[in-house]
Amino acid sequence: MKVVAAMSGGVDSAVAAARAHDAGHDVTGIHLALSRNPASYRSGARGCCTIEDANDARRAADVIGIPFYVWDLSERFHEDVVEDFMNEYAAGHTPNPCLRCNEKIKFAAVLDKALALGFDAVATGHYAQVHPGPDGTAELHRAVDPGKDQSYVLGVLTQEQIAHSLFPLGDTPKPQVRDEAAARGLLVADKPDSHDICFVADGDNAGWLREKLGERAPNHGGAIVDSESGRELGRHDGTFGFTIGQRKGLRLGTPAPDGKPRFVLDIEPVSGTVTVGPRAALTVDRITADRPRWCGAAPEASLHGAVQLRAHGTEHRALVTVDPPGSTDGTVEIELLDPAQGIAPGQAAVIYDGTRVVGSATIVSTARSGVPA
Amino acid sequence: MHDAPDHTVYLDHAATTPMLPAAVETMTAHLGDIGNPSSLHASGRAARRIVEESRETIAQALNCRPGEVVFTSGGTEADNLALKGLFWSRHEADPRRIRILASSVEHHAVLDALDWLAEEEHAEVELLSVDNRGRLDLEAYRDAVERDPGSVALVSVMWANNEVGTLQPIEDVVAVASRHGIPVHTDAVQAVGAVPVDFAASGVDALTLTGHKLGGPYGVGALLVRRELSLTPLLHGGGQERDIRSGTLDMPAIAGFATAVEHAVKVQPEYAERVAALRDDLVARVIGVVPDAHLHGDPDARLPGNAHLGFPDCEGDSLLMLLDARGIECSTGSACSAGVPQPSHVLLAMGLDDEGARHSLRFTLGRTSTQADVDALVEAIGPAVERARGARIQ
Repeated sequence: MKVVAAMSGGVDSAVAAARAHDAGHDVTGIHLALSRNPASYRSGARGCCTIEDANDARRAADVIGIPFYVWDLSERFHEDVVEDFMNEYAAGHTPNPCLRCNEKIKFAAVLDKALALGFDAVATGHYAQVHPGPDGTAELHRAVDPGKDQSYVLGVLTQEQIAHSLFPLGDTPKPQVRDEAAARGLLVADKPDSHDICFVADGDNAGWLREKLGERAPNHGGAIVDSESGRELGRHDGTFGFTIGQRKGLRLGTPAPDGKPRFVLDIEPVSGTVTVGPRAALTVDRITADRPRWCGAAPEASLHGAVQLRAHGTEHRALVTVDPPGSTDGTVEIELLDPAQGIAPGQAAVIYDGTRVVGSATIVSTARSGVPA
Repeated sequence: MHDAPDHTVYLDHAATTPMLPAAVETMTAHLGDIGNPSSLHASGRAARRIVEESRETIAQALNCRPGEVVFTSGGTEADNLALKGLFWSRHEADPRRIRILASSVEHHAVLDALDWLAEEEHAEVELLSVDNRGRLDLEAYRDAVERDPGSVALVSVMWANNEVGTLQPIEDVVAVASRHGIPVHTDAVQAVGAVPVDFAASGVDALTLTGHKLGGPYGVGALLVRRELSLTPLLHGGGQERDIRSGTLDMPAIAGFATAVEHAVKVQPEYAERVAALRDDLVARVIGVVPDAHLHGDPDARLPGNAHLGFPDCEGDSLLMLLDARGIECSTGSACSAGVPQPSHVLLAMGLDDEGARHSLRFTLGRTSTQADVDALVEAIGPAVERARGARIQ
């Protein structure tokens, strides 16, 4: 096959490209330029769009012996990922831009361009597996290494996209990938893993949002209110600094009556009110989600499966019902058999059936049994 | 993408062109020589002699005095030396001289040096407009000079543009500047060997050339600069090159450089005729295959080897990749930042929009180009354009 290997400049995508090459594919390395102004980043800045990363990716392609190009997707990335991230935060949600990037950029804009240019597939360094299902269609599964599994951020891929994806690292534990990189002479073998949002260079999300959102409504200050007494406990200077389940940085002068810590329970972006309360109030066992993306057919009947609610989060056993049944764009009702804590609207719920990724949906609201949403 | 090409079709001679075998021979013959050209003993004198003979060869080929040849590490250094060196010395002699006039289509070695002078040395840089063929707007230039000639430190206008190949009206530029005693620098990196270049006759005060664009080695170039002109050095040290450019002279590279300059200038008329004929064939036949493709730059006053073409609705970088996979090597012609092609400042200055600037490719022919190279491009371009058009990211 003719394969485009998306190379971030990190160790995983370099080994993935090398493995695709070894497997006999005709591989071309591509680095995605996602920042509008790559020159503004200096060495040491974290993220996947620095000049150093592009150079690292280029050197890895040299070592593997494959052609290499940079594709400029900065405009699309800004519109589809960065703008969306800001809008979601401004609405009081907690978005995951990596899912959005996979949905809109890596497996959409890049894959479309690659297919149009005569390639057959896109290979990435994600830890996930593609297996043929009973009916022959490509299924997305968790990686063998549970500590590194990244199927969560791929839960937005459609059948068509999965069928054109290669994840050469899905069967391998991370330490082995590092060893392999070193054995192959890839100089990125020791490069630290990236954890932060790539376009927030210093990892300070709240600071970045404060700067980017500026005076834009509803990024204004408001009250921090106690859920039980209804009393105002303090003020804050913008809802974007908060996420549901957050405990640190509330700067509340008054201790709770029971002396226990308080957590963010709710964010109301229009009024700017942030509601805080005890940990117990964070527990949810019902989730409503929309904007589903199905990796195969949408479930016709209620599915006894599991959901994952954060990248690298734990799995919660769940009963998942699509309304209307089998709908590709309906609402997804999730009953958690294992309750979860601190779940925020905007997060993705990724649905699993065993190791298979069924699909994903964006969380709209949560509730606790017996407590109205 | 496709089966590995059996040979490379190199159509990027403006980026760098293969070394002339005679230049390789000259250079390699001296690589094992001992002797620093600045040393006083016999070995030093022998090395010095090679350097001075090379200097004389270059001076003769380009019609300047040997003492007017200042060897540098290449075009970028020569441009920086000319601009900063002239600005500093002229400004020091008369603090009113604060303005620098240059065309808006200069190479980044000029533009970025000017940016630095503006930011760090408070130079007032005026970038002059060009017409839709990339040719300097002489009226705007004349107005800019006449407005206040006493405040102009220097003028810098390239002899030939590296992207679209347009030749600039150097004679007219000099005519206006010389009336006011303003020195003119020209970046002639693309011009030497491609079109007639006569330093003395041109009337320019400083001229940049470099080895690897004309069949010489990388890493060596020269600034031709009139003896009577004072130039503040960038590099201080051993006092080589009349104290204008310190640093041990790279004798083997200088010898190879001189061989290449001598040859390139000697064969220039035949070279230009042959390469322009190939280029015209390339342009006509590519447009034959892709009817809405069009030539950028001046159709007549242009470098013989340059074919800069616009391909509407077709990303230049996609096209480049598809041609590369077929063994055909060309350029989007613009500077890269982290390998990301930015819309060319030259094309934007010529009035193209961002999209038009991105939907372009530069094919440049040189000494080793053949009819077979053109044939290979003509065969590949149609399907490549069609495929690249289908791959546009909306």
